[in-house]
Amino acid sequence: MPSDRDDIVIRVRDVVTRFGTQTVHDGIDLAVRRGEVLGIVGGSGTGKSVLLRTIIGLQRPAGGNVEVLGQDVWRIDDTERRQLDQHFGVLFQDGALFSSLTVAQNIEVPLREHCPMPESLMAEIAATKVALVGLPDDAGQKFPAQLSGGMRKRAGLARSLSLDPEILFLDEPTAGLDPIGAAEFDRLIGDLKAGLGLTVVMATHDLDSLFAICDRVAVLVDKKIRVGTLAEHLRDPHPWIQAYFHGPRGRAAQPGAQFPPADPEMAAGLGHSVSP
Amino acid sequence: MPPSATFVAAAEPDALVLRAEGDWLLATAAELDRRLRALDLPSGRQVLLDLAGIERLDTAGAWLLKRTDAELAARGNAVAVANVRASLAPLLDQVWTHGAGTPLPHPVPAHHTLAGFVARIGEVTLHLARRAYSILGFAGLVVVTFLELLRHPRRLRLPALVSQMEQVGVNALPIVGLLSFLIGVVFAYQGADQLRRFGAEIYTVNLLGIAILRELGVLLTAIIIAGRSGSAFTAQIGTMQVNEEIDALRTLGLDPIEVLVVPRVLGLALTLPLLAVYADFMGLLGGCLMSWASLGILIPTFLEQLRSAIGEWTFWVGIIKAPFFAVVISLVGCYEGFNVARSADSVGRLTTQSVVESIFIVIVADAAFSIMFSMLHI
Repeated sequence: MPSDRDDIVIRVRDVVTRFGTQTVHDGIDLAVRRGEVLGIVGGSGTGKSVLLRTIIGLQRPAGGNVEVLGQDVWRIDDTERRQLDQHFGVLFQDGALFSSLTVAQNIEVPLREHCPMPESLMAEIAATKVALVGLPDDAGQKFPAQLSGGMRKRAGLARSLSLDPEILFLDEPTAGLDPIGAAEFDRLIGDLKAGLGLTVVMATHDLDSLFAICDRVAVLVDKKIRVGTLAEHLRDPHPWIQAYFHGPRGRAAQPGAQFPPADPEMAAGLGHSVSP
Repeated sequence: MPPSATFVAAAEPDALVLRAEGDWLLATAAELDRRLRALDLPSGRQVLLDLAGIERLDTAGAWLLKRTDAELAARGNAVAVANVRASLAPLLDQVWTHGAGTPLPHPVPAHHTLAGFVARIGEVTLHLARRAYSILGFAGLVVVTFLELLRHPRRLRLPALVSQMEQVGVNALPIVGLLSFLIGVVFAYQGADQLRRFGAEIYTVNLLGIAILRELGVLLTAIIIAGRSGSAFTAQIGTMQVNEEIDALRTLGLDPIEVLVVPRVLGLALTLPLLAVYADFMGLLGGCLMSWASLGILIPTFLEQLRSAIGEWTFWVGIIKAPFFAVVISLVGCYEGFNVARSADSVGRLTTQSVVESIFIVIVADAAFSIMFSMLHI
């Protein structure tokens, strides 16, 4: 791909999304740089997941265009589309693992489809992915129903990484996890991003995630989008953005926030969830 | 240009050098794996893994390097890794420190062995017995709730009952009518074809009258309703189960049997007999028109022959079965709905199961009725 070395891996131009008569997005522009972690935030119903689905190519926008790795997602043909699909991985909210397959078999699905290789090597690569996302070896043998919510997310992440994508899309990666599990998941994504050189786009509600791993944040307000670093958003006078970042939860999540330590041990336990 | 990768093994005076070159990617992993496996690994030597020639690397390539390193070390070689490009170091580091997973075999389902197969037969049998017992318990619970309602008739939910009767009865009229009509047509045609050889065409009417009124009308209706409404009961109650709505009802002090099951059972028990009458009529209408078209039997003649063919019990023998079938279908449908676990796929599985079970029980019950009626000589 000619644009492989370009700085911008995803470019969204003037995207409009409508459901019936209701307009969700009215002219959204977004550019995602290679190697950054971009968080998409917004109130309920502002279309975070919808925007993600539009970029991935699951939800056709009413107007505008979406370029991923230099290719227009909504204008390429099926063959090009399948090629492009191999360059990004998606983690759906609850993992979306195939329930009739084990975790290892789930990871092998895309390998089997796109890269012919011996079974033994495929099993080794699957085991590598299982280990990379921090799951124990025997998790590969288990069925999704036998895993906890947090483990299912990790397994889903392992499957999304199975073709070594350049871009990773995460839909609410820490939703439904306890605060410790969420902080660990944030750290895992940070590690994988640094190690595998990923570009990460995540829709999230989790303020801790935003402060912990996001380089830039896109805020969906008034059917438009405002993109900037956290420092820029903290100065933004828009009332919703003010309420979001300066509300009680927003303040608590900011680096350097002081918890009233009930006892020193607890304060130490909470420390890593707000690491700068 | 497709990615290509290679490695060269060279014996130098003080050490064996393995030079990796090119693109160590998923796309080249199969070929690299084959050649690495074919390599005759030394033991007890100094080995240098020279990675200077690697252009591109992903987790699959990093894993192959890691595996080679581990295999060499396991044979007592002293392995050193050299010339890692700065841009590839983080990935290599990530996979080498965190990516050491051991592949484990896929679990084999137990019933793929002979002993497993036998065990499964036993398991399924016990399971069936337990289910039968459990359905019977559910039926008892519904009967008790119903008797309770008879003592306090004000607690009977009339709007829910009427709405159920509309859904299972009125809305089913087109499909039940059309199918009964067509079955009447088919029966008349086939009967006429066979009976014509004996010059007994007129007995087509007897065949139609007995078959439709005694058996086909009600059985066909019950099967259609089992597929249409029994499945709907399971799906509705099952979805409520998934959404914790049933639990919400209980915490609000409402009895789910009273609120959800009684209106459905009662509604179907009241409407299925009416639907069966309607199906009888449509079946005979289809047969009548077909007799006229293919045999030239005029409608008055048809009616005359029909009256002589059927006894006073023929119609009632069919209709009397309808409420029983209705209770079976609705009880099984609701029971399976309550059995739904808190996952979406169990709704689908139990809906299928509910339809199969209720059709099965309806046909078994029909056979039992036949035996009973023949013993009573009616």
